[in-house]
Amino acid sequence: MSETMTGAEMVVRALQDQGVEHIFGYPGGAVLPIYDALFHQDKVKHVLVRHEQGAVHAAEGYARSSGKVGVVLVTSGPGATNAVTGLTDALMDSIPIVCLTGQVPTHLIGSDAFQEADTVGITRHCTKHNYLVKRIEDLPRIMHEAFYVAANGRPGPVVIDLPKDIQFASGTYARPASNQHKTYRPQVQGDMEKIKAAIALMASAKRPVFYTGGGVVNAGPQAAALLRELVRLTGFPVTSTLMGLGAYPASDPQFLGMLGMHGTYEANLAMHGCDVMINIGARFDDRITGRLDAFSPHSRKIHVDIDPSSINKNVKVDIGIVGDCAHVLEDMVRLWRSTAPQVDKVALKGWWDNIAGWRGRKCLAYRKSSDVIKPQYAIERLYELTKDREVYVTTEVGQHQMWAAQFFKFEEPNRWMTSGGLGTMGYGLPAAIGAQLAHPNALVVDIAGEASILMNMQEMSTALQYRLPVKVFILNNEYMGMVRQWQELLHGGRYSESYSHSLPDFVKLAEAYGGVGIRCDKPDVLDDAIREMIDTPRPVIFDCVVDKAENCFPMIPSGKAHNEMILGDAAEDIGSVIDAKGKMLV
Amino acid sequence: MQHVQPPFAGPPMKSHYSDAPAAEPIARHTLAVIVDNEPGVLARIAGLFSGRGYNIESLTVSETEHEKHLSRITIVTTGTAHVIEQIKAQLSRLVPVHRVDDLTVNGDAIERELVLVKVVGKGEARVEAMRLAQAFGARTVDATLSSFIFELTGTSDETERFISLMTACGLTEVARTGIAAIGRGAESM
Ligand SMILES: Cc1ncc(C[n+]2csc(CCOP(=O)(O)OP(=O)(O)O)c2C)c(N)n1
Ligand SMILES: [Mg+2]
Repeated sequence: MSETMTGAEMVVRALQDQGVEHIFGYPGGAVLPIYDALFHQDKVKHVLVRHEQGAVHAAEGYARSSGKVGVVLVTSGPGATNAVTGLTDALMDSIPIVCLTGQVPTHLIGSDAFQEADTVGITRHCTKHNYLVKRIEDLPRIMHEAFYVAANGRPGPVVIDLPKDIQFASGTYARPASNQHKTYRPQVQGDMEKIKAAIALMASAKRPVFYTGGGVVNAGPQAAALLRELVRLTGFPVTSTLMGLGAYPASDPQFLGMLGMHGTYEANLAMHGCDVMINIGARFDDRITGRLDAFSPHSRKIHVDIDPSSINKNVKVDIGIVGDCAHVLEDMVRLWRSTAPQVDKVALKGWWDNIAGWRGRKCLAYRKSSDVIKPQYAIERLYELTKDREVYVTTEVGQHQMWAAQFFKFEEPNRWMTSGGLGTMGYGLPAAIGAQLAHPNALVVDIAGEASILMNMQEMSTALQYRLPVKVFILNNEYMGMVRQWQELLHGGRYSESYSHSLPDFVKLAEAYGGVGIRCDKPDVLDDAIREMIDTPRPVIFDCVVDKAENCFPMIPSGKAHNEMILGDAAEDIGSVIDAKGKMLV
Repeated sequence: MQHVQPPFAGPPMKSHYSDAPAAEPIARHTLAVIVDNEPGVLARIAGLFSGRGYNIESLTVSETEHEKHLSRITIVTTGTAHVIEQIKAQLSRLVPVHRVDDLTVNGDAIERELVLVKVVGKGEARVEAMRLAQAFGARTVDATLSSFIFELTGTSDETERFISLMTACGLTEVARTGIAAIGRGAESM
């Protein structure tokens, strides 16, 4: 069925046909026709953010918590440039986003017209793909193709730049029979011969470890279920990147915790000492590998990734399998079941004994206090008091983000949203808004730092306007704590510009926005204050005043190897828990 | 919700941008651009064209003065007189660009393009391919019992005609260099 309509109407119709229920945006001259088309319908609901960066992060939170494509609508020029940080964030963390940007009319492109920016030029390097629509005939195809490109293969952000004359032009719209791009066909099914070789290698392993990442979450809930099945079938230990948390349940005894720069001692040493590494949907990021030439020196490596360029990019692997994690895991589970391999039980037992020794160091231990709230304690209590609910957690960037990753236990995928690849301060509040919109009855908490939260604080207005009862839980240490920590460790404690000066009163700020403010600075009343926050059915800013001097451990200093980790002073001494054999592996 | 009433009574305005100008004749120009051969210079030139919506019909680039690290870029573009003026001004404004010459305005320049054509076939088609190649003055640079590769240098019109004739004689692959051009006479850039 084809119909005649304007370009702006086509945009909205295509969104409806894609099943889009919510979009995040901010109006301006170059997108007014689209806003007019939105006005005439109510299938696609528009959420008015307060800054375009917030729109993209909100769409990311929406996408990552729901598995859908997040949609953004912004105007030309400053609207588009404000969206750039969000787009880059989505590219780095492989989040499917379609971002519609207004553009000056085609005949003015290149003339430095009012609010003109070369949006496709600027976003070329921070999108998976982008389009400038120059003919109305191309618009229906591009709209649908963009959703295909954003969601298929390795997901990512796609920009469609829409000149205003195209929005006014009239043409025929028909929903294309297929969304598919004419040539782009990512490979989802893994090569069976390589999967067989991988299973054989796994079966022969003496010191294996699964290293899983955001790719498992992106491949959908069935991928997480298959991962659980495979890990339990094999009996191997499993660790996860920051982006992959929740794909495997954190409370499970086979889970070693997160790995990487602030990962656990046991996870990093297992990576260092393993003989077979099974990477599922992770990308050997430098925060994970540490010093590359010392990375897991004795292992043979299997790498499953949907992005062929991820394989052998940073780390050379023995078996690289291009494919969607869910498909490959399904094959692996089936093969493992049908071949029922005889694993080396004695060796595996020894490996688990080693791991038990490393666990015994209690690398996440910290000195408790009864006068000041330790940030780790605050996250532990937040977790304990919310764990029986449907809870979604977002974060800003800094120490609080790492403590959240270490101390909040995620049992399910899609519950944890953080800016991993780009490390964007200001991500958490808008992402929480997006997640809350997708899950109206869930508890959504942004674990924040007092510095980061100020970067997109304006989104409190959005939360209020749409009655989204997000909770901003600020670990207020009055410092850009992560910067202060590095200055302490690397720059002789010269805290150059890392003190959070002239902070607002967060309680009054919450109230000024029409939300609820809660402050707590005593450990003994923390539980009550957290309960009050949970029970408040409105947006809350919780100013949790914590120890200013606390550092985030364990830590692999950058440029060091996994076995050169620094532990906090509360961890157990190495001599007391590791026997001679264990030390050989360290 | 209380909304402000629309005070504007007249017919709705279409846009706050001016209308498109009336159509003007479009011409084809060949530009020679001398640039510093530094990383990213080609991306800057190509980005200028795509970002401002200009056309590129052909673009060739190679370092021409090794000691000075200078490259010569030959660009064939189309546009109205006004757009062509803008293109030259925008190119000249780029930091690594030394000089922009419009060879089309400066008079009749020598323009040449090199093509390599692979023709596969046997029997009559093969004989015909050979005959046509000779007529065009193309060189045979590779031959097997069932294929030829011909090399032809000429104006774009000639190479275009050669390619379309070869299509009828079993052409399977074409590689073209794009246009290299230089102004006639004693005067140099
Ligand atoms: C947009 C942006 N600017 C700068 C940085 C560098 N940076 C990383 S962590 C950090 C400090 C964050 O402070 P805060 O939000 O208070 O968190 P804390 O580390 O104290 O928990 C800074 C400045 C960044 N990640 N993002
Ligand atoms: Mg802080």
